[in-house]
Amino acid sequence: MPSTELSSLTDELRIWIIDMLEEAKSGHPGGSLSAIDLLTVLWFKEMRGIEVNNLKDDRDRFVLSKGHGVPALYAILAKKNFIPVEELKTLRKTGARLQGHPDRVRLPILEASTGSLGQGLSVAQGIALGLRLQKKHSRVFCLMGDGETQEGQIWEAAMSAPKFKLSNLCAILDCNEGQIDGPVSQVMPIEPVADKWKAFGWHVIDINGHDFGQIENAYQEARTLQEKGGTKPVLILARTVKGKGVPFMEHKIEWHGVAPKADEASIARDFIRNGRKN
Amino acid sequence: MAKATRQAFGEALAKLGETHPEIVVLDADLAKSTKSEIFGKKFPDRFFEMGIAEANMIGTAAGLAFTGKIPFACSFGCFLTGRYDTIRLSVAYSQARVRLVGTHAGVGIGDDGHSQMGLEDISLMRSLPTMGVFQPMDARDTELIVEYLVKEWKGPAYLRLTRQNVPDLFPSGAKFNPLKLMEIKKASPGILCVATGAAVTEAVQAAEKLTAQGISISVWNASCLKPFDNETLVSIAKGAKLVITVEDHSVIGGLGTCVAEALAQAGSSISLVKLGIQDTFGESGEGFELYEKFGLSALAITKAVIQRVR
Repeated sequence: MPSTELSSLTDELRIWIIDMLEEAKSGHPGGSLSAIDLLTVLWFKEMRGIEVNNLKDDRDRFVLSKGHGVPALYAILAKKNFIPVEELKTLRKTGARLQGHPDRVRLPILEASTGSLGQGLSVAQGIALGLRLQKKHSRVFCLMGDGETQEGQIWEAAMSAPKFKLSNLCAILDCNEGQIDGPVSQVMPIEPVADKWKAFGWHVIDINGHDFGQIENAYQEARTLQEKGGTKPVLILARTVKGKGVPFMEHKIEWHGVAPKADEASIARDFIRNGRKN
Repeated sequence: MAKATRQAFGEALAKLGETHPEIVVLDADLAKSTKSEIFGKKFPDRFFEMGIAEANMIGTAAGLAFTGKIPFACSFGCFLTGRYDTIRLSVAYSQARVRLVGTHAGVGIGDDGHSQMGLEDISLMRSLPTMGVFQPMDARDTELIVEYLVKEWKGPAYLRLTRQNVPDLFPSGAKFNPLKLMEIKKASPGILCVATGAAVTEAVQAAEKLTAQGISISVWNASCLKPFDNETLVSIAKGAKLVITVEDHSVIGGLGTCVAEALAQAGSSISLVKLGIQDTFGESGEGFELYEKFGLSALAITKAVIQRVR
């Protein structure tokens, strides 16, 4: 899939995210839009064995640790036909499978129920250990937010995954630099991020999380390391923009957890459709 | 023969490991104390030492469960349940078939004091939807419950175990039903005593003293705190003059609360005395002295009953 195709695909998914949030009248646009490029490349180009009518036992697994970014994942699941596109309208509605944060019981294609931050990396690690015990070649991916790494449990998992030599685990850190109360650098600084993860024993790949070429190369590097018998888990440190693709949302903390109203959603869709032409 | 229920657990799990390859065990630097090391030494590939990081251990156990394993995640009860948010979301809400094993239940652990004592763990675990909560009274009871947790129980579960030895109480030839109350000392209708864990031993000894004084008292063991056997409780409480509960745990949210809820919902007007930790903290001391001080010893139970009856 060339980058022009990826670009139209992510445009379409961004529009679905806006549609979903507008309909739900709540949700998190900022962190969904910062993650969608990373997730699109992951689900459409990297992960193996995860097609709707052919779900393999040794498929790759994905854990969304930053659960509030789930509209991005629902958009991908709809595009991959795991859920009907129509169902996206049910986000956050009473009785819906599409809960405000991921629920693996209601929607079993989701590997983990998350939403209380800091837990997904531990769960992903457990899945990676379990699959290795079963001698499966599956890999496990886990997307975290940068603010999320303020949670202590993340660092417990950061310490243990290298101990268990989980080269089948690839964590992705969506560094969009914003969280509810302000910039990550002010709320509780996490830099130097790369140095921290390296010191804990991870192989760190630092990229622009909106550059398709860099994203693809990073996933490929992680895969190659494992294939060549590497023993380190991989952290893809993705520098992203909160609200990416909708100029009036970009870098704006105010758009962390507020849904666009009808007029705002309409402008947002126009920006996404015309963005590439400008 | 007296044995700590943690010891019985460790031995039972190691034995079950032979026939159940899906069992995996995790510990947070307390494997020698929780006795999970017995399994760890026998099956090193299925044992994960997670270090002093209980939240990560619990989350990892959930992930292992999602791949079809039956993980036993072990630590002291207070340290496990202290990571409540991880248990609430990654285990309970996620319907992860994790068995949380909390040892060092209650003031019975003695010297180490409050910070090491599981005193609110039953209450916390009972609050979580679908979480099974089990506390065996002796070694045999422990073996049977561990087996049940491996072979039968589908949801998440919490298993509470003692540090100290407890004598064998399981009636020979008795039929085991993990979800039902079990009669340990029979008596004609009079006083009904329901106890759990190490407190069952004290209750049985108290009942012997009371019987010798002409007071009729039966003792029932509650190994399963959730789902609680309301049906049996209500049926055996009929005709009793007094119901007394005994537990080495806070009386808020533990066995006493289970019994109170069951009786009240059945419209019973029977008097209830809840012996246990009365909304206070634990402390250091010899376990038997603390049982005296907190009103859980056979003598303290005897006195409490006599006070009510006379």
